Amino acid sequence: MSKILSNRRVSKDFYLMRAEHANGARMGQFYLLRAWKHYPVLSRPVSVFDADGATLSFLYKVVGRGTEIFSGLEAGGEIELRGPLGNPFPDVTGKVAMVGGGAGVAPFYLAAKQLKAGHPQCRVDAYLGFSDDAFLVDDYRQVADRVLVNVKGFVTDEIEPAGYDHILTCGPEAMMRALYEKCERAGLAEKLYVSMEKRMACGVGACFVCSCKTRDGNKKTCKDGPVFKGTAVFG
Amino acid sequence: MGDGLRTEFAGIAFKNPVVLASGTCGFGREYNEIFDIQRLGGLSSKGLTLHARAGNEGIRVWETASGIMNSVGLENPGVRGFIDDELEWLNGLDLVNIVNLGGHSIDDYLEGVELLNGVDLDILELNISCPNVKEGGMNFGVKTQVARDVVRKIRAACRHKLVVKLSPNAEDIVSLARACEEEGADGISLVNTFLAMAVDVQKQKPVFENVYAGLSGPAIKPIALRMAHQAAKAVHIPVMGAGGIATWQDAVEFVMAGASIVQIGTGSFIDPFTALNVVDGMEAYLNSRGIGNISEIRGVV
Repeated sequence: MSKILSNRRVSKDFYLMRAEHANGARMGQFYLLRAWKHYPVLSRPVSVFDADGATLSFLYKVVGRGTEIFSGLEAGGEIELRGPLGNPFPDVTGKVAMVGGGAGVAPFYLAAKQLKAGHPQCRVDAYLGFSDDAFLVDDYRQVADRVLVNVKGFVTDEIEPAGYDHILTCGPEAMMRALYEKCERAGLAEKLYVSMEKRMACGVGACFVCSCKTRDGNKKTCKDGPVFKGTAVFG
Repeated sequence: MGDGLRTEFAGIAFKNPVVLASGTCGFGREYNEIFDIQRLGGLSSKGLTLHARAGNEGIRVWETASGIMNSVGLENPGVRGFIDDELEWLNGLDLVNIVNLGGHSIDDYLEGVELLNGVDLDILELNISCPNVKEGGMNFGVKTQVARDVVRKIRAACRHKLVVKLSPNAEDIVSLARACEEEGADGISLVNTFLAMAVDVQKQKPVFENVYAGLSGPAIKPIALRMAHQAAKAVHIPVMGAGGIATWQDAVEFVMAGASIVQIGTGSFIDPFTALNVVDGMEAYLNSRGIGNISEIRGVV
């Protein structure tokens, strides 16, 4: 069990929780979170928002019973964290765009931080799409070179793929598909990496519940992903 | 570990009676990264079909009170893929290798059995909860007569120990269990998932593409226990009990109801260490009660 250091509301439906947990988490990986014993049956897969070796932060949206329970946890309480799970975003450099929508903005705080730390010459532009109020924008400004915010529109309208060496995205499938198509029209589909979200059960690749169709056949989102080449999923 | 949990099932020795249930543990590799699965008695493979299957479209898992519904649709690498990529590894492990086989026609089943006859494995677990595509999609395990026919044909063809996994959607679980025994099955396992449903009230549509899905987890345990009890009382062949086992107490209930082996499925999603905890908890229980071997409490209720 890990001790919760803070758990605060950052917008209407979103919370940011930080907990003590020794880790080597990389950008785009996730943990299974659990704050109850038997029920609900399943743990909740949540992407890492921030990690510093001794603590982990998770940005989550309250959508059902599990995340509702999370939202009621207080500093000093405990939560079970299992991970890191899945494959991270690739360790790229150059000019990098990160395009997140809704809860899909979560992995890009750590991604910007880790890419900039690993590659001082790397330039990161974060495109953040929100369907309601924007949140944590100042935090993203601390780690990215430029932050573009879109509220209630299409964040994919903001980006010009030709300006980047690599594009990383996470968010609603329709948003990621639109971005893929934009990249593809420009002949730049190979630049894009997508992080897929699927309902999961075991979280470790044993149950075939989170299969993702790819060009190379079905892949397990939890184990083979959640990060895939855009061409593999949408090509 | 002492011998208190040693169990013989149809002539096969299990170091303990705890088995990972088909469909919840892949081919064992993933859970083996979390703990040494050789501490368990056995593993029942992901359900195989003659040919590889990509599984169902749409949402595959949905949570309900104390349970989950799944509609994976038997995504699997096919019998040949299994033999080529997984079998050698499984046979190299010190646990009972149970291979689960499904089919959508008698011919599929028989061809799958034929291929598996050519390799080593410990037990073939026959999944008869699949829709029979030639008979309008009715699950093979619903009507005793249909199930009897499948078991008879497979028994005649299969050189391995044969355990039939029963569907709780059977019209008559007792007559189904008896039919399996009469047709020469070496054992039965029960229960598979219960046919269930969920509706998305926003979309005003069923959650699952196939409309119905299989319910598992603690929600079904009392019904599964009752069915295992009824079946165990009705036959002389050994029984593997399954259905919502999440604690060692649940497992002991199944043993007391007559099961020789218990299978842990959805329980592993609650906690990947559930099966190990069941082993340890059962052993501690036997020790605390001065019971020499688990068989002494089998079927006592």
